[in-house]
Amino acid sequence: MSSWVTVAPAITSAFLASLVEVVEAFTIVLAVASVRGARPAIGGTLAGLAVLALIVVGLGPAVDRIPLWLLQIGVGILLLMFGMRWLRKAVLRAAGLIALHDEEAAFAAETAQLEDEARRQRARADWLAALAAFKAIVVEGLEVVFIVIAVGAGRGLLLPASLGALAAGALVLGAGVVLHRPLARVPENTLKFGVGVMLSGFGVFWTGEGLGVPWPGEDLAVLVFLAAFLTLGLVLVALLRGRAATELAR
Amino acid sequence: MSTLRQWADELLGLFVEDGSLALAILAVVAIAAILAAAAAPALLVGLVLFLGCLAVLVENLVRARRHAGRPRR
Repeated sequence: MSSWVTVAPAITSAFLASLVEVVEAFTIVLAVASVRGARPAIGGTLAGLAVLALIVVGLGPAVDRIPLWLLQIGVGILLLMFGMRWLRKAVLRAAGLIALHDEEAAFAAETAQLEDEARRQRARADWLAALAAFKAIVVEGLEVVFIVIAVGAGRGLLLPASLGALAAGALVLGAGVVLHRPLARVPENTLKFGVGVMLSGFGVFWTGEGLGVPWPGEDLAVLVFLAAFLTLGLVLVALLRGRAATELAR
Repeated sequence: MSTLRQWADELLGLFVEDGSLALAILAVVAIAAILAAAAAPALLVGLVLFLGCLAVLVENLVRARRHAGRPRR
């Protein structure tokens, strides 16, 4: 039976990771709605959600048929790939080595591109706008699906992880309906850093379980991994930021 | 066609942004798996996996820092 040591971080990481992805998808859909109206935005979104639902329905039974050890290794590797990629990017952004993601800028860029396409291909403008919304939902949504499977499948936590992701979707949609503008004040890099730490910690835990490692302290070992990735991430931010500042001062 | 290629790139990018990071993670998991298959002590397998992942992250970020600091020609 899963303890709260594994359930709570699974729900939290699914919620926070989904929050980041849903905000990114929402920015594109909002750009589509503001340039071409609600119809292509809603059409593209619904088509994207339908494709995602088909993928989830197709993947769900397949996950149940995979032997647990193989699932844990596969999910563990997936988590390490996702988590360490996010942690790496968040550290580089926090250290000032790459630019922070800016939802206002993403909204402006998408709006400009859609307006440009509408000028050049007026007859197909609605289709292209719907396609942009569809693509944003499918690409960002697939990331949510993989994260939910990755944090939930290893221990039978698919339902709580899905609920975490759904809660994030509802929160962003609610905030978006009220604000009617890109959700630029979401601290995306802090979220990415936190989620990167969680996914990486779980990745080590589940890959080890799949390889037959009896972790000392069992589930509590996850906390050690989370603390290690968190500490290392913070130290690396401080180190890289310090070196960047020194070079700037020269 | 270019749209399809762009989508494929974006989907691949979900898992692999920096190819060397992905390869290094796979290498650490492969070493741990080989040790497990060779009946090495389970705790050693766990340590190799855990410390290997931390080392991969440090190496990748230090290299990224060096790359960022290099003057462009």
